[in-house]
Amino acid sequence: MDAKVMMAGGAAGSERTPQPYWNPYPAGIGLGLVLLAAFVVMGRGLGASGAFSSLVAAATEAVAPAHARENPFYAEYLGDGTKNPLMDWLVFEVVGVFVGGFISGILAGRVRKAIERGPAISGATRLLLAFFGGGIMGFGAKLARGCTSGQALTGGAVLGVGSWAAMMAIFGGAYALAYFVRRQWQ
Amino acid sequence: MNAPFFKYGLFGDNVSLIVAFVIGIGFGFFLERAGFGSAKKLTAQFYLKDLSVFKVMFSAILTAMIGLFYLSWLGLVDLSLVYVSPTYIIPQTVGGLLLGAGFVVGGYCPGTSCVAVSTGKLDAVVFLTGIVAGILVFGEVFPWISTFYNSTPMGQITLPQLLNIPYGMVVFCVVLMAIGGFAGATWVEKKFSATKGA
Repeated sequence: MDAKVMMAGGAAGSERTPQPYWNPYPAGIGLGLVLLAAFVVMGRGLGASGAFSSLVAAATEAVAPAHARENPFYAEYLGDGTKNPLMDWLVFEVVGVFVGGFISGILAGRVRKAIERGPAISGATRLLLAFFGGGIMGFGAKLARGCTSGQALTGGAVLGVGSWAAMMAIFGGAYALAYFVRRQWQ
Repeated sequence: MNAPFFKYGLFGDNVSLIVAFVIGIGFGFFLERAGFGSAKKLTAQFYLKDLSVFKVMFSAILTAMIGLFYLSWLGLVDLSLVYVSPTYIIPQTVGGLLLGAGFVVGGYCPGTSCVAVSTGKLDAVVFLTGIVAGILVFGEVFPWISTFYNSTPMGQITLPQLLNIPYGMVVFCVVLMAIGGFAGATWVEKKFSATKGA
């Protein structure tokens, strides 16, 4: 979609040194104000994984319509069939996340092609682990009924019980496994 | 002011999608500003060298939580119309553990991986493909795990309701805990970057 823009951005980015990241507190307050705006305007918070569930449900319906509609998980995202499952609040929000991330990145000279990894592993190993980690996360996000955005951040701010449990478990799970994958990062 | 505006019918579904797009831009902008388009920056949280994930997440939670508390206290927002995700305590805890595992193995979470894709990270493109695959697997096995998925339901319950403590008091306790956490996080960062290098 924006591959051309991204490449142009990469070239522009490599001409100058990337700006340092913001201090975490103003960045967090900014994020909190966006979340508060979502509560006040919409009565709901932020999310991410839900948009990809809509995508998966829509794709499954396109390939195997009967199979998708008789599965209650897909059916929830497909609705009653009167509207396109991609005309969804979270889908539009996530498109915005891509755009907002790009705007911030290009203004700070941080858009460039890269594979993020520690010095001890190869790019191919990193990509394999990225796929595997993403897979675990996609599955886990559905089981938890939301991811870091929907449960930890949004549910955390409205003091949901399950959200706080999921948030603690996210940190717990990551710390428990960190030692075993340290060579990927350190 | 009657808020949430959408719930009071100030605009319809089509406008809500534009709102979603604009809110998403803000969300992505601040995630990238914080450095969350970088897997190394994000995962440094789990090696105690850079606790930005905790600091950003909790300053965002405090901002939105305190804002919502005061707006409802002033009668400007009807809190009963703000969505609270229903609790299914055991599947959500197991799901959270998997999310944490996927985070440290894959390097991102779903939202931050979008920002990383926008700023050119190939590993984030692969990570997002993995997310889609994981959701597809979940969807395909759903008929077999739906009993577990729907187990231990507690309804749309919040911490003040669970603990039977006033809403304002829980907000106050979360603020105190977070401030303690911020101070502790800075201390931990100094200790770990001094002993083990940056």
